[in-house]
Amino acid sequence: MTHPRRAAVLGGNRTPFARQFGAYAEAANQDMLTAAIEGLVARHGLAGERLGEVVAGAVIKHSRDFNLTREAVLGSSLSPTTPAYDITQACGTGLEAAILVANKIALGQIESGIAGGADSASDAPVVVTESLRRKLLRLNRAKTSAERVKAALAFRPTDVGVSVPANTEPRTGLSMGDHMALTAAQWGITREAQDELALASHVNLAAAYERGFFDDLITPYLGLTVDQNLRPGSTLDKLGSLRPVFGKGEGATMTAGNSTPLTDGASAVLLGSQEWADAHGLTPLAWFVDGETAAVDYVGGDEGLLMAPSYAVPRLLARQGLRLQDFDFYEIHEAFAATVLSTLAAWEDDDFCRDRLGLDAPLGAIDRSRLNVAGSSLAAGHPFAATGGRIVATLAKLLHEKGSGSRGLISICAAGGQGVVAILEAA
Amino acid sequence: MGHRDGYTAFVSSGVGKKISTTLGLPQPVALRRHVPGRPLVDGPLLVGGHGTMPALAALRATLDEAGAVVVDEVPEEGRLGGVVVDVSSATAPTDLEALRATLAPALKRLGRCARVVIVGADPASATTAAQRATHRALEGITRSVAKELRAGATANLVLLTPGSEGAALGTVLFLLSARSAYVDGQVFRTGVATSQEPADAATPLAGKVAVVTGAARGIGADIARTLARDGATVVCVDMPSAGASLAKVANSIGGSALQADVTSPDAGARIMNHARTRHGGLDIVVHNAGITRDKLLANTDSERWGSVLAVNLTSILAMNEHFLAKDGLRDGGHLVLVSSIAGIAGNRGQANYAASKAGVIGLVDAYAADKGLRRRGITANAVAPGFIETEMTARIPFATRELGRRLNSLAQGGLPIDVAETIAHFASDAQSGVNGNVVRVCGQSLLGA
Repeated sequence: MTHPRRAAVLGGNRTPFARQFGAYAEAANQDMLTAAIEGLVARHGLAGERLGEVVAGAVIKHSRDFNLTREAVLGSSLSPTTPAYDITQACGTGLEAAILVANKIALGQIESGIAGGADSASDAPVVVTESLRRKLLRLNRAKTSAERVKAALAFRPTDVGVSVPANTEPRTGLSMGDHMALTAAQWGITREAQDELALASHVNLAAAYERGFFDDLITPYLGLTVDQNLRPGSTLDKLGSLRPVFGKGEGATMTAGNSTPLTDGASAVLLGSQEWADAHGLTPLAWFVDGETAAVDYVGGDEGLLMAPSYAVPRLLARQGLRLQDFDFYEIHEAFAATVLSTLAAWEDDDFCRDRLGLDAPLGAIDRSRLNVAGSSLAAGHPFAATGGRIVATLAKLLHEKGSGSRGLISICAAGGQGVVAILEAA
Repeated sequence: MGHRDGYTAFVSSGVGKKISTTLGLPQPVALRRHVPGRPLVDGPLLVGGHGTMPALAALRATLDEAGAVVVDEVPEEGRLGGVVVDVSSATAPTDLEALRATLAPALKRLGRCARVVIVGADPASATTAAQRATHRALEGITRSVAKELRAGATANLVLLTPGSEGAALGTVLFLLSARSAYVDGQVFRTGVATSQEPADAATPLAGKVAVVTGAARGIGADIARTLARDGATVVCVDMPSAGASLAKVANSIGGSALQADVTSPDAGARIMNHARTRHGGLDIVVHNAGITRDKLLANTDSERWGSVLAVNLTSILAMNEHFLAKDGLRDGGHLVLVSSIAGIAGNRGQANYAASKAGVIGLVDAYAADKGLRRRGITANAVAPGFIETEMTARIPFATRELGRRLNSLAQGGLPIDVAETIAHFASDAQSGVNGNVVRVCGQSLLGA
């Protein structure tokens, strides 16, 4: 076997993210993913190119989108001979896609690829009630008139209705926010700390736009040029005036301001080998060093739904021989402000690190000025499968600006008690 | 590019033609435009002139190659595709009779969208007063003939300088071709060429890297498409907010998109760096990005004033620091700037815009005279579009728009492709002897004529 080589992040593109039922209310996942790929192709002059593969996915998916990514490739300016496949790992989809593409490049199986994701909270699939679905299928199977009449007579007014997909965990029936509220309470995360983190996200994202940071990371879509959720004028007072929406009673701390809203959008990241980059006049921004995935038992065990990255990161650090403090940038996905704060608290906690992670000493604190420096999901929004691509591209550019030797850590929590993390290093 | 000129379509119909003729209304015809593989001109080409006709000697062989039927006399039957009259050897006004004698009988026999090209000598290079007067007279003749022509025919003047006969060929061919559909009543000055003819006439820009600013839509998008059609790799630049349409343009021509505000301090460096790292260098720069903020000067505040000058003029100066630096444009490169008829004639409510577009002409003058750039073989030329059918002109109130459209010798607005064709012409190495020209693509508009 040949020695693994390094895979480079060469660039990225995303649509601005739109609030649910906002600018992309009529756009399907395939439309948005195609747009994200088209912008990436244009930015890197790849029209007509055959890439090694395109890997992407969507968390909320229509049954018609069984081949979403391949269809997006066929609708793009890439060569139609570019293969593609879909993956889904909840909010970890985009980053997991990048790990897969990077691994194939590292193994020499492909020279280039795109990793991405799209999600629409607006154009959601609507499903009829389970009883109606069964009766419709029975009617469809009926062969004789008598059978058809019998099947038709079985319909009841109560069958009529639709079940819209909800953001709840099937095994607990709790919404993600309610799960997070439990974890936040457990770690004693204050309302003030959450609001401060949320404000920093808006301030940092706005500043990044202001300095033109996103000029080569975002392509406008359907008239939207800036993330619709961004509130450049937000203040702690305004955030403090919102009433809690998750958790119960006096101790409830999570509001619409410190939780990510439902959003629509898509992202795509271009990866390639050094040779392929050279042949295409592209500059590697960062090397995709390594990735790790963890899962926790949030159903029967006593771990929080969104705490899996707390486990994935130490495993990744151990494998790479790095300390938590060895990074210039930390990109910790802001599903909720409390997610980030609970994760950081866990890493600083003696008991957690000893009992749950099996470490001799806690991972310790990070330099908070290196956290989500170009904003994150609280300000930008979080179209589930698109977040990984947003973060990989943002971090790769930050590292490129910072210069050789700089390092960044990505941490993304996902539904089902999972977490996907990765390390990038400036090229 | 949708042609939104309903009137031209109307008069092209049987009934429309009758009505417009009866009422004495303008009778625009659908102009012949470039389609690869079509003949240079539709019909035989009459050539003639005065004395040795130095330009024609070289031209005949090229015309033969292009498959044109060249005749020395007006044929008994049929329509002429065009006339080339070479009076560059004329020394006295009486020599102009040769021009009249060739042209007059031909004018009545010109076909639809025929071409008249007059070749003279640059008055500036004349050695006697009589010679200078004679060649200055050609401008008057050309502009008058252009106004007399009907049915989409055009007349233009090519001026030679000593030794530029070969270099002028490309200009004559351009003016004969359908690429110059909306170029009328114009004067092209040619100098001695420094570069070779392209290997393949169909892709004169093959192997070249071009940058087009303002490429997301309108004229800029057509410039990008035309340069790509002619073989260039095109870097399409526009505002980040125009990125969606910019990506479409770039992908449709296999180019690359660069989202940048041309007024940002790092625009020139970013574009130059992009061209160098992605495509190995830069050969052609088309400064097309521009905005309007129209108001009577009395009502123009400093914001309206400043923003137009910043985008349309100052940004070009700033970016050219990088493009014209030693590691910028390659030797033999071409700068093409987009001016405007408003920069020549002025326009009510457009003092700021006219300032910027007249300033662009000043820039071309300066670059053309720059000894350093001449040594490197870098040319600078400008096109000044007249009324072009774009989203921008579609927003002009109806009556004003109709006036703009009809007040020219072709009685119609031009298309973005018409501007693009002239720019692609200036961007070709075959035009290395063409420098410092400001050519209007205006159908011989009456404004500022």
